[in-house]
Amino acid sequence: MAIPTKEEMYRALEERHGAELQKKLTAASVAVCGLGGLGSNIAIALARAGVGRLHIIDFDRVDISNLNRQQYYPEQLGLYKAEALYDTLSRIAPYCGIRRESVKLTEENIPELLADADIICEAFDAADQKAMLVNTVLEKMPEKYLVSGSGMAGIAPSNTISTRRVTKRFYLCGDGVSDVADGMGLVASRVLVCAGHQAHAVIRIIAEEYDV
Amino acid sequence: MLTINGKEYDFRGMTVAEVLKELGYGEQRVAVELNESIVPKAQYGTTTLFEGDHLEVVRFVGGG
Repeated sequence: MAIPTKEEMYRALEERHGAELQKKLTAASVAVCGLGGLGSNIAIALARAGVGRLHIIDFDRVDISNLNRQQYYPEQLGLYKAEALYDTLSRIAPYCGIRRESVKLTEENIPELLADADIICEAFDAADQKAMLVNTVLEKMPEKYLVSGSGMAGIAPSNTISTRRVTKRFYLCGDGVSDVADGMGLVASRVLVCAGHQAHAVIRIIAEEYDV
Repeated sequence: MLTINGKEYDFRGMTVAEVLKELGYGEQRVAVELNESIVPKAQYGTTTLFEGDHLEVVRFVGGG
């Protein structure tokens, strides 16, 4: 079956979200940094919601160990995550403007690479990399909104995961304590809860609803 | 007294780096906000805390 036209897709979104919110979502530009369990799920939620421009970034390739929670398929093993997710997002939201990059984000390249985004999602795996991205954005790009995730390993209750507004433009999702380094694995359902918190924080910022 | 993550401490005169060490936070895994402004990592050793300061230490854990 032929895919719907851009106008048909837009009207369907407008009917569900309301004209005012859909206009804001379509005008928004969001960067998702890290395309693992958090980032792949965040990007899909935002694409489905009709966010107009997505910038997806990850240096890594799809590995068999990712399939328990990340939005990739067995036939995508070995592909760059940014390329594999680009294919999936293009099928979900064919009219979304998606920029993808298979590079490692560093203190040096972050200001230039993330300049196009209104809102930046931190969705890395390693704690020191999370801190690096958050510190770099807060120090060098104070005009951006930043939504970070920390603490979603293991099978503790989903209700321990929350969204906190640390400062005016910095939101932190997760339980803050469950660390993979403590031997807890990452389980699809709980990672999804945190990804859902992050994606929803982004949607609320776009809607200009800033409280949590 | 000053406030760190909502709790009161008598850490007046200490630097951010000293406070992080005292409370057991690793510098590579935190972001620090002093009175709603980010403290650049390069300034942890030279930023001194005063009476009434509000320090927020965000600690990151692994997983994503």
